[in-house]
Amino acid sequence: MAERELKKHSTSSHSEDVASDEEVSVSTEKGDKLKAEIDDILDEIDEVLEENAEEFVRGYVQKGGQ
Amino acid sequence: MIPKKICGLETEYGITAPKSLGGDPTSAASFLISAYIGDAIKKISWDFTDEAPGNDARGFLDANALPPSIEPQLLNAVLTNGGRYYVDHAHPEYSTPECATVKEALLYDKAGEAVLTLSMARSQKLLPPGEEIVVYKNNSDGKNNSYGCHENYLVSRTTPFVQFVDFLIPHLVTRQIFCGAGKIGIEGLNRENNGKPIFQISQRADFFEEPVGLETTIRRPILNTRDEPHSDKSQYRRLHIITGDANLSEVATLLKIGTTAIVLQLIEAGALTHLDLEMESPVQDIQGISRDITLGYKLKLKNGRLLTALEMQWLYFEAAQKYHSQYGLDAIGEEELAADILHRWEHVLTSLEADVYLLAKQLDWVAKLQIVTAFCERHQTDLSDPNVAAIDLQYHDLRPAKSIFQRLNMDTLLSPSDVENAISNPPETTRAYFRGECLKRYPGEIKSVNWDSILFDIGNGPLQKVPMNEPLRGSKAHLGDLLEKSPTAKELLQNLQK
Repeated sequence: MAERELKKHSTSSHSEDVASDEEVSVSTEKGDKLKAEIDDILDEIDEVLEENAEEFVRGYVQKGGQ
Repeated sequence: MIPKKICGLETEYGITAPKSLGGDPTSAASFLISAYIGDAIKKISWDFTDEAPGNDARGFLDANALPPSIEPQLLNAVLTNGGRYYVDHAHPEYSTPECATVKEALLYDKAGEAVLTLSMARSQKLLPPGEEIVVYKNNSDGKNNSYGCHENYLVSRTTPFVQFVDFLIPHLVTRQIFCGAGKIGIEGLNRENNGKPIFQISQRADFFEEPVGLETTIRRPILNTRDEPHSDKSQYRRLHIITGDANLSEVATLLKIGTTAIVLQLIEAGALTHLDLEMESPVQDIQGISRDITLGYKLKLKNGRLLTALEMQWLYFEAAQKYHSQYGLDAIGEEELAADILHRWEHVLTSLEADVYLLAKQLDWVAKLQIVTAFCERHQTDLSDPNVAAIDLQYHDLRPAKSIFQRLNMDTLLSPSDVENAISNPPETTRAYFRGECLKRYPGEIKSVNWDSILFDIGNGPLQKVPMNEPLRGSKAHLGDLLEKSPTAKELLQNLQK
């Protein structure tokens, strides 16, 4: 496990100390893309979500199984 | 010798029953299955004569244990893909055929989702307008009722069962950090009733009450002792694992069964005995880990050592990596597959350590957590919102128009054409090939089927049983030519005698 901790440590110091402006802008771009994607999914979820959520959830009762 | 890790998955699906079926889930499950299977196959029954789910792997009978019941009166179908599709405890259940590798088991598990989806569509056409049967691939209704996704692995009878107790339980307790399906709420005996729902990693963790035991419907144990190998009893056990969540993510399923198959090979090889992993309270810990999405929960070993689930998984991973580099992992299958599972295992542990959201396209619980969190932010609400509970359920809805999982573009490992093919064709690598091909070729001449035999009725003379005690015999390489040369079951039976 010592080797792994070392690896992890060196990775995190790399991202803290040596991240260039270019890397930062790439990660911001990625973050924006991800946020837009999640927003799209939330729009879809708002559309497909069962209309009366409370009743739907209350009505979902299963007999126990294995 | 360590046997190949022949494996399979059995999944009980959640079901909602329409009014015309009296709202009764057992009738709905029968209707659903009946709408799917063809008339030729419908006449073939499941052969229960040799089933004995009450045998205990520990070699004794617990007088207080209730062995699982067999319900031969309920609908039981065998599929041409070698799997089984049946009504079990008011749920539709699909069992994959025996698969030679975990990758194949993943394929047939996904084919099972397709079978259930087709069944919903076909049953809707037979129901009154406006009614439908809906199926969910999850493990809890949020109201203290659970239903399982069980895994089966072939292991050697020579490995003492206590080895699995000592070295498999810590894996089953901690692997949920990558194969949990996520859940909102707390159920089971140990529910703290503070009124505030929480997000849990696992659907199923709440429902375990014992470390080891025979039951599967009550007092569920982390390690199930059912000893029913469906194969040569003198050589094999079928390890029956009941802790897992039913995953929708392909990566999560592959990791669930892939890491477990590897851990089993390590146990059988004696490669973990240097690790002192015995846990003090595994039941408390399986729940503690599930209820802490920061992954900070520490379990306690009997030797006093405290470990997070991640640290326990690293111990297993490192032992696996070391063993693999020295001896290979041939029980898992091709070298490429073992290397791929190890690579993915390391990747998820590293990512879980850094930032769980790195795995939002790979793991069910992280994908669900990300969506639920974003929904709460957008609508300025919290986990007590019924809409959030609805997302939790609808993540697992198999209807393409309603499924939330299918909207998340999660990473995939299978091609759609392979899944399509696996709906009706058996794997070519195990005895499931012989079963599936016989069902396709001679449906009118088969009376009943079980995992380890087929009973033929060729019309004149006695019924003839073909035993299939060896899971790897009956593959395409073994019997493909013989099947080709046998246009009828009578000729097949004659050719098998030669």
